[in-house]
Amino acid sequence: MRRAVLFMVLVSIVAACVNAAPETPESLRLLAHDSFAEAVTSDTFAAFTEATGIEVEVIAGSDAGSMVNQAILSKDNPLADVMFGVDDTFLSRALDEGIFLDYESGLSGQVPEDLFRGAQGVVTPIDFGDVCINYAKDWFESTDTPVPTTLDQLRDPSYAGVLTVEHPATSSPGLAFMLATIAEYGEEGWLDFWADLKAGGVGVVPDWNTAYYTDFVPYGGESAMVVSYASSPPAEVIFASEPIDEAPTGVIEAGCYRQVEYAGILDGTSYPEAAGQLIDFMLSVDFQETIPLTWFVFPANRDASLPPEFTEHTTLPESPAQLDPATIAENRDRWIDEWVSVMEG
Amino acid sequence: MRRVRWGWVLVAAIPALFIGYFFVYPLVRILSLGLSELDIRSTGVEARLLKVGWFTLWQASVSTALTLLVAAPMTWAVSNFEFRGRRLATALVTVPFVLPTVVVGTAFVALGWRDSIVAILAAHVFFNVAVVVRTVGTLWSRLDPNLHDAARVLGASEWKVFRTVTLPLLRPAIAAAASIVFLFTFTSFGVVLILGGFQFATLEVEIYRQAVDLFDLPLAAVLAMVQLAGVTGALYAYSRFQERHTATWALRSDQDRVRPVGATRFLAIGSVTVTLIALAIPLAVLVGRSLGTDSYRGLLESDRVVGIPIASVGNSMLFAVIAMLLATSIGLMAAAVITGREGGLARWFDLTLMLPLGTSAVTIGFGFIVALGWPVDLRASFWLIPIAHALVAVPFVVRSTVPTLRSIPGEIREAAAVLGASPGRVWREIDLPVVARAALVGAGFAFVVSLGEFGATSFIARPNTATVPVMIFRLLSRPGPASFGMAMALSVVLAAVTAGVVMWIDRARAGEIGRF
Repeated sequence: MRRAVLFMVLVSIVAACVNAAPETPESLRLLAHDSFAEAVTSDTFAAFTEATGIEVEVIAGSDAGSMVNQAILSKDNPLADVMFGVDDTFLSRALDEGIFLDYESGLSGQVPEDLFRGAQGVVTPIDFGDVCINYAKDWFESTDTPVPTTLDQLRDPSYAGVLTVEHPATSSPGLAFMLATIAEYGEEGWLDFWADLKAGGVGVVPDWNTAYYTDFVPYGGESAMVVSYASSPPAEVIFASEPIDEAPTGVIEAGCYRQVEYAGILDGTSYPEAAGQLIDFMLSVDFQETIPLTWFVFPANRDASLPPEFTEHTTLPESPAQLDPATIAENRDRWIDEWVSVMEG
Repeated sequence: MRRVRWGWVLVAAIPALFIGYFFVYPLVRILSLGLSELDIRSTGVEARLLKVGWFTLWQASVSTALTLLVAAPMTWAVSNFEFRGRRLATALVTVPFVLPTVVVGTAFVALGWRDSIVAILAAHVFFNVAVVVRTVGTLWSRLDPNLHDAARVLGASEWKVFRTVTLPLLRPAIAAAASIVFLFTFTSFGVVLILGGFQFATLEVEIYRQAVDLFDLPLAAVLAMVQLAGVTGALYAYSRFQERHTATWALRSDQDRVRPVGATRFLAIGSVTVTLIALAIPLAVLVGRSLGTDSYRGLLESDRVVGIPIASVGNSMLFAVIAMLLATSIGLMAAAVITGREGGLARWFDLTLMLPLGTSAVTIGFGFIVALGWPVDLRASFWLIPIAHALVAVPFVVRSTVPTLRSIPGEIREAAAVLGASPGRVWREIDLPVVARAALVGAGFAFVVSLGEFGATSFIARPNTATVPVMIFRLLSRPGPASFGMAMALSVVLAAVTAGVVMWIDRARAGEIGRF
């Protein structure tokens, strides 16, 4: 018996040595935040597996912030080969901790320069989402109110009173909208803007769900405007109860903030080459074109074309706000504290 | 004799290894990592910390007291009387317990209960009534009615009997239920965020903010230690109380509930009805919202993004069954050790088993990441999900079984031993039949805990498996009336499945298993 066990152990050690890091692995582990992971099906990476023979095993790592921290905590023995979904608000923490191997995809020429936010050669933008104020078309028509076109107009109580935003400390779109106001008004002026919103009766809720599904006019609430995404109107059409021709909601182009999501190779992987192939696949036009209707964000590759639902029912802002990831990392806590002292003080 | 002692060692070792490897070790690793980077500086954090700590403590205490009060009439009615719909009522009361916080949150918000401490307390009561009804009810339904009758014959009023006879006998179960509710509310996260907004941060919320948003691990570790200290203190007080107030008496079979008559009938049925209606108000909002066009049919059809939503029920069931088996066997072994050995060691063992319920989810999730990579990399394994569920569920099994086990008079065991039964046989023939029903209550909770996927698992890196709560989040996180309707419909399905499974477990309880 004991001899048999010893034999088995030896065999497995030999097998492990023989198997150690072959050129192409049988599978790659992709660490992603829950909202990406949850929409992955057996079809998502089928084309990649077919082309390379490598399976993709997706690991759900909670929200984007928790996921980045998990990757940092497991730096010495990484959880996965590739991480996807770190956004510009957490990017600089990930870069500072040096969790990524340098990688430049051969397809990065197809990505607009500004999506890189200075992280070229390390991480690769895969998609972006614009956080924008959505408005209920019916309400504006029936009350004969013009749709606002600038952030400044929202200072007017007749607009501020029918706007609901998410709390920047508890909600990712809430944080993005706060950043948009900082980008617009700068350190000197942004808190005055919020003081005006508060005086005008802006609604603050902890999360997107409450803002959209409880407070927004189309769902029986009293807010004609809520902070949501540029992709929300297309989703309204796609997930309507009865087929409709026009989205009941629209996007206000002022005050949009562009969140970019990146993929990177985790340092410590045994398969950097295959990991790079996976990132290339995610940036390829074929995969990029599945992004809008699966995750409701926009493809980073400018050659990928948008589905008709997206071209017909939403507008991408011409010049959305964006901030340098390092600036965000440095000031975010202070900004939130200042925001809280204005809004809750 | 020697062989049998080894058996005991084994019985103690399995739960000890489980809790040691999957809880204590990861916790020590992550806390020491955080504390090693701590440099003592004054940052003005103390004032906020004090405020957060105080709020956490008082809201948990008040929530616990309110839950006990609200649950009391119904517990009395379902434990003492037989009436039509009794079993359905005890199953229905479990439904809120399993619903995802975000779903209940939207229902409360829709009712206009938000941004207030009242909403937080109401939601805590809503979620936890089941813990009291089921934990206390198990013991109450089996108190020997002769004690009650004797006191009545001797001239005590019904109220006096309750105060001087029934209540003292129930104390261990009440304390057990209270300790669980306290831990749940002490570590409340989603409810506080959704219904309280930012102004009412609990320690749990603050730990999340420090650990995730700011990645200030040292401060998060300090906060986690404060949270642990609070939880440990409460649990220590509880276990001392439990030891001092445990009486042993003969239990009856719970078959002989009486049919209530007259005013009692009115009171009993009335209290059950009122409790169920109160719990049903938020649920009615859910049902109402799920009745939109074709929401239920949508669950059966393949959605272009999330697949067939109803398929998630199968995944959830699989995890729940594994977690239930794991938690019930480990919990029973632990309960046998706790009640079989007197003194400090058993008390600390008991307390340690309870801690996962009172530890912040982020701490556990990050602890797994730093601790479970070696020798076998379990960090993102399929098994970690039911294991994490079992960690949270074991306390339910222990808490439901220990009061019953303690109530077995020692003389019966001694008599059996004198007659030549080995300790293993004594356990099998005396303890197990008595405890089987209580264990089924615990098993039911374990199943439901897993089905509802409590916070403890949300920060674990895990394989991408669409369980019901995951599917609900997925549907709720995209705009569109159809998505919303389907999320609500799936919540209703989750509620129905829960009620069904709990009724089925209760039926087994009423059947052959565990008869005297």
